[in-house]
Amino acid sequence: MRTKLIVILSVLAGALLAWNLHTIFLRVPDEASQGAIFRIFYFHFPAAVTSFTCFFVAMFSGLVYLNKRDLRFDAAAAAINEVAFAFATITLITGMIWGRIIWGIWWAWDPRITSYFICLLMYFGYFMMRRAVDEPHRRARLSAVLSILASVDIVIVWKSIEWFRTQHPGPVLEIRGGGGMAPGMEAPLFWNCLAFLLLESALVLVRMRQQSIQSEIESLRRYAHAF
Amino acid sequence: MDRNFEYMFYGFAAAWIIVIVYVISIALRERRLRDELDRVKRMLEEGQRESK
Repeated sequence: MRTKLIVILSVLAGALLAWNLHTIFLRVPDEASQGAIFRIFYFHFPAAVTSFTCFFVAMFSGLVYLNKRDLRFDAAAAAINEVAFAFATITLITGMIWGRIIWGIWWAWDPRITSYFICLLMYFGYFMMRRAVDEPHRRARLSAVLSILASVDIVIVWKSIEWFRTQHPGPVLEIRGGGGMAPGMEAPLFWNCLAFLLLESALVLVRMRQQSIQSEIESLRRYAHAF
Repeated sequence: MDRNFEYMFYGFAAAWIIVIVYVISIALRERRLRDELDRVKRMLEEGQRESK
C-alpha cells in the first residue's frame, strides 16, 4: 500500500514538475528588470515554503511524541526533517545564485538570510545529535525539543522581511501584502509548490519505510541475542 | 542578459543536483538496509537450524 502511494505521488510530482518547467521556460516572459534569472524564484520560493511546512509538520510530530511517547512519531519527524533539510538547502543555494546577479554578491548578512542560515545550522545540529545519542527515547525527546526551538527560528525567518527592510526583497505575493506578480506569472509558482510538496511526501514515505526496515533489523538482532 | 541566462542555468542545475544526490543517497541506503535485513534473517535461520 505504501509502495503504491509512493509511486503515485512520484508520478504526479514528476508530471507536474515537467508541466511547470515547460510553463516557466516557454510560456512565462522574462521579468522586466531582472531578465531570465527571476525564474530561479520558481524553485527558490516553493522549496522554501514546502520545507518550512515540513519542518512544522515534523515539529508537531515531535510534540505528539512528547505527549504519547510513541517512537513512530519520532521516526516520522526525523524523516520529514531530513527531506525538508534537502529542500531548505535548495532555497539557500538558489538564493545565493540569484543574489550574485541582482545584488552583485553571493552572500549578505541580512536578517532574512542570516536567520535562514541559523535555521539550517539548527537542523544540522538536530541530525548530528540524532547520530550521537543511542538511547531511542532520549534521542526522541531531545529531537522534539530541538525541533520546537528550530521552528521558532522559522517564524523569525518568515516574518523577517516584514520586520526588517534590508537587502532581501520584501513580500512579493499579494497574499502576503506584496505588490503581486503579473497575471500568469504567479500561477506556476503555486503549481510548483504543489509539485514540491508531492515530491517531498514521496521522499518522506520512502524514508519512513527505511526506518521500519531499520527497526525490523534491530528487533531481529535483539531476538537473535536472546537465544 | 546572457549572464542572467548563465546564472539561471546554474540555479536550476544546483537545485536538480541537490535533489538527484539526495535521491541517490536514499536509494543506496535502501539497498544497504535490505541487504542487512536479508543477512540478519539468514543468520537467524542458520542459528535456529543449528539449535535443532
